[in-house]
Amino acid sequence: MGLWQTLFPSGLFTASFMQNAWLAGTAVAALSALVGFFVVLRGATFVAHAVPRASFAGAAGAVLAGGDTVLGLAIFSALSALGMAALGTRRDQGQTTALVLMAALGLGSLFLALGGAYAPEVYALLFGQIVGIGRMDVYAILGLLLLALAATALLYRPLLWSSVAPDVAEAKGVPRRRMEILFLLLVALAATAAVPIVGALLSFSLMVGPAAAAAYFGRSPGQALGIAVLIGILSIWLSLVFAYDTGLPVGFFVAAVTAVFYGLGRLWAHLWQIERGRGQVPV
Amino acid sequence: MLGFIESLLAAPTVAPALLIGSLVAVTSGVVGVFVVLRGQSFAGHALGDIGTTGAAAAYLGGLPALYGFVGVGVLGGLAIEGLGERARERDVATGIVLSLMLGVGALLLYFMTQRTNATGGPVAILFGSIFTVDPSIMLPVALFSLLALLLLAFLYRPLVFASVSPQAAQAKGVPLQGVGLLFMLALAIAVEESALVAGALLSTALLIGPAASAVRWTRQIGAAAALSALLGLLAVSVGIALAYQSYFWPPGHRGWPVSFFIVLLVLTEYLLARLLPARAARRVLPRREEAA
Repeated sequence: MGLWQTLFPSGLFTASFMQNAWLAGTAVAALSALVGFFVVLRGATFVAHAVPRASFAGAAGAVLAGGDTVLGLAIFSALSALGMAALGTRRDQGQTTALVLMAALGLGSLFLALGGAYAPEVYALLFGQIVGIGRMDVYAILGLLLLALAATALLYRPLLWSSVAPDVAEAKGVPRRRMEILFLLLVALAATAAVPIVGALLSFSLMVGPAAAAAYFGRSPGQALGIAVLIGILSIWLSLVFAYDTGLPVGFFVAAVTAVFYGLGRLWAHLWQIERGRGQVPV
Repeated sequence: MLGFIESLLAAPTVAPALLIGSLVAVTSGVVGVFVVLRGQSFAGHALGDIGTTGAAAAYLGGLPALYGFVGVGVLGGLAIEGLGERARERDVATGIVLSLMLGVGALLLYFMTQRTNATGGPVAILFGSIFTVDPSIMLPVALFSLLALLLLAFLYRPLVFASVSPQAAQAKGVPLQGVGLLFMLALAIAVEESALVAGALLSTALLIGPAASAVRWTRQIGAAAALSALLGLLAVSVGIALAYQSYFWPPGHRGWPVSFFIVLLVLTEYLLARLLPARAARRVLPRREEAA
């Protein structure tokens, strides 16, 4: 029983902050994997890294202005997503993503310097904290998850088509730019939910890792999406257990576990000689 | 004006900052043109963060930060290039390598805060400041810059060919993989030295910003590289001067961060390049963003 109790000490499920962490973590993982599925389809990994990172500047601004940090996160992630949509074209998305991110981080460094922000607070926003999640945060995250679910359920097929074959989608009357903006706003939504919990640097792992692994396992887009959500939830559960046991930052475990899943996906594809993306062509 | 420049150069922290900043700006500007041309902005940005993890490891191991940055940065670059052999996989492979390294970085920075009981160290590594550069790294940084630029000079023709039209280059027997790997080496060196000197934030700004502006003004690669280096130099030197001046600005003598000014200048250059495109630009480079 020794190992069992080391892995699952009594407070893991009963401590009230851990109960909030389980609920919020599961919702965040599902939301991130859902959005991440489209991130991987569109080859927009950089965007998934840049939007949460840029939102960090908003939180620093909120600290300076004495406002609510989550509101700052939401405003900056939405603004950076819209900035990328306004400046970028599909071909040079990388450059404009980088520049919008730089604009936000430049402002962030100014806010930090002027506000003299208390360093541990900054550290928590960069790397996340699961201890400080309240019940209200859980409800807010569940609300964001429902919003994203509703948007993807309503627009699943056009979003899928515009991600996989934008030219075909356009010929079928799917407005490319509107889909691009919708996609970027979904990323902003996922970022706003994930940053307070897993941090600005590692909310990206939850978006990209599970979806990238699922692309190797799924046989159809729907299946890949479902597998991505399952891997995401499993990853956050494992990470919460490890983080609680060891006291180390949860973001580290999220990054490590999702990377392991990606490695397993590549191994699976290698063993069965599967081309990545078999599960990605809509029929 | 002249008086201001004189007082600026007389300040003990400004002249070294200008010198090392210029070195980094020129190297990043030249390498950046190829990054933009090859669509490797994400890898260029990711290397800065990856090197930061290396720097944290070096700090914990008691080694100089420079070797942490460059060593881990080069390994990360090779991992990105190796895992992302096929174009479809490059984006995700870069992301996974970056994600894993950020996770390890979080762990290492956590250990640092445990050990020193202060977050000053991690924050210094994450955000860097050109004004606190240790003069003893000037020589190694200069040597690394030289190495990166020599690599580019050696690769120039096959690299341009492989970047502009990879299929044709392959048909003509250009070893795409070898060229890609060597270029990744030059990229990693350029990014890591600027991440060390100015922080990961500025390393991306100096790599992508001036280059993205320059290729909008001239389509000739050599001219674009020169212009990009010049734009980077301009942003760095004016940014340093403004940061120095900002000690006299509100809210009291704390000074505004130099990274803010440099980023602002780089972005201004880019927006000008988008608003005032050169009509007479010779189209040696394909217009990537219009080809879609």
